[in-house]
Amino acid sequence: MALARRLLPLFLRRGGPLPRLTPARALSTAALPADAPAADEDDDAITIKGVRISGRPLYMDMQATTPVDPRVLDAMLPFYLSQYGNPHSRTHLYGWESDAAVETARAQVASLVGADPREIFFTSGATECNNIAVKGAMHFYRDRRRHVITTQTEHKCVLDSCRHLQQEGFDVTYLPVRPDGLVDLAQLRDAIRPDTGLVSVMAVNNEIGVVQPLEEIGRLCRETGVHFHTDAAQALGKIPIDVNQMGIGLMSLSAHKIYGPKGVGALYLRRRPRIRVEPQMSGGGQERGIRSGTVPTPLVVGFGAACEIASREMDYDERRVSALQRRLLDGIRARVDDVVINGSMEHRYSGNLNLSFAYVEGESLLMGLKEVAVSSGSACTSASLEPSYVLRALGVDEDMAHTSIRFGIGRFTTEAEVDRATELTVHQVLKLREMSPLYEMAKAGIDIKSIQWSQH
Amino acid sequence: MLRTGGTRLAAPALRRLLGERAQPGLAAAGARAYHERVVDHYNNPRNVGSFDKDDPNVGTGLVGAPACGDVMKLQIRVDEGTGKIVDACFKTFGCGSAIASSSVATEWVKGKQMEEVVTIKNTEIAKHLSLPPVKLHCSMLAEDAIKAAVKDYEAKKAKLGDGPAEKAAEA
Repeated sequence: MALARRLLPLFLRRGGPLPRLTPARALSTAALPADAPAADEDDDAITIKGVRISGRPLYMDMQATTPVDPRVLDAMLPFYLSQYGNPHSRTHLYGWESDAAVETARAQVASLVGADPREIFFTSGATECNNIAVKGAMHFYRDRRRHVITTQTEHKCVLDSCRHLQQEGFDVTYLPVRPDGLVDLAQLRDAIRPDTGLVSVMAVNNEIGVVQPLEEIGRLCRETGVHFHTDAAQALGKIPIDVNQMGIGLMSLSAHKIYGPKGVGALYLRRRPRIRVEPQMSGGGQERGIRSGTVPTPLVVGFGAACEIASREMDYDERRVSALQRRLLDGIRARVDDVVINGSMEHRYSGNLNLSFAYVEGESLLMGLKEVAVSSGSACTSASLEPSYVLRALGVDEDMAHTSIRFGIGRFTTEAEVDRATELTVHQVLKLREMSPLYEMAKAGIDIKSIQWSQH
Repeated sequence: MLRTGGTRLAAPALRRLLGERAQPGLAAAGARAYHERVVDHYNNPRNVGSFDKDDPNVGTGLVGAPACGDVMKLQIRVDEGTGKIVDACFKTFGCGSAIASSSVATEWVKGKQMEEVVTIKNTEIAKHLSLPPVKLHCSMLAEDAIKAAVKDYEAKKAKLGDGPAEKAAEA
């Protein structure tokens, strides 16, 4: 308990609205984990993977994950240190207080998406939700429903679940998307068959940030009597979601994309009309048998707190984030030509900026941007040497798909960070273009597509 | 406790300790790390640039494809009398390993005879840069680029062979 007493005031001590950002900074930079890269003694330089970085990189990969909001951590800590009961314990105070906290969190999550708390089921994250939603729903209705519709730009866990269903004999339609990344509603309507059991379309794409027309898809699904599942991991707390207005039947949510802890998510399952799923895991029947396993109280409480904060600050965050996105884009475009935005700019969550820098290869750009933690839209870094399947689905040329970088802006991103990222990106792109034979050809007026390249 | 631990991390003694603990892990987890030579060539590429490709003493090799994510252009300037490569330069669109491979290639061909450079093997480049298997194609591309440059130079000479050079010999 001595630990708790000394630890809690540290996190609880907070000033007015402005210093709110300071604890987050301090947390993200000072709290080095034990296996962090070795820091040189003389300065703040870090050497990792053979690359020397002068300090911790600034973080612009908010689609991958976000830092925990200090206010979320405040809410969580008591449930690690003093109120550590199992929420399923029915015989003592420890269990009761944990259970009450879990139910409060359930209500907080439900409230953010306009749902009833009884429609929220806690899981380990969006991947698990997607598995339960896609496979669980299809398995439950397998007698009458043999067909699933999804899009080519879905997250891997949805696509992989669909592939799994295919192996079991289900039919899956992978809808193409338009060049701006959005689903064509007419095409979706045509794809629906009498035995279609599920339409799964993600709310906000993780790579390109486009926002799908959920309301229209929901209406279409309601008209045709098909369940509508949406993976809203990237959308929760960032764009307004109302499960009733959008006609959503099943929805996957994740905590760590909205400044909550990693390792917890929630599945929304509609009660009226009721949608049922087959559980993917056997066990003690927790979460009404949908997801067995002890509910992790601190994580769930953190998730609830994150939702609560998001519901209060969504508008404020959106204004800040879109201003920063504009600043980043304008800053880069002012000094670099041939920059292409991947995905619709109009229907987009502004915290995502996926850019292709023509004539510069994405992986080499990332290598030079070691001081900015960003991600390449291309999967080159995962050793497959294949450009991103999402960009390919948009019809982006393969050479351009190799040149994309995803910048993620979030609640704790500062103007100074955006300016520094702009500076480093511009510098590196110009340097690599100086080195690029394609840029040289383009400047000399040679059409790169007219050349017979030796494919290897 | 946690709190003081956090501040103490900054102390040199603890940092050194952390460093020592982290090092072996780093080496083991470094499967996807870039070798320091790759980083060096990426940060300070040697011989970036272009020669006039219409110069009769210049051979140009352009290999790869944008769709594959790698294009290398390697050029050599050859001394007509001795057949020695006096200068070389490159431009590369590709990952760090591709840039490093072509940078190394220009260094290795400089000052060598043309017959000698066509024997440079991709495996030597890959070994020099400690390229992982997924990056071996970068070194193959560099080998191809050297060969293509030499071939281009020879083709140019053969074409011009009917022209001024032979005329000069006849005269």
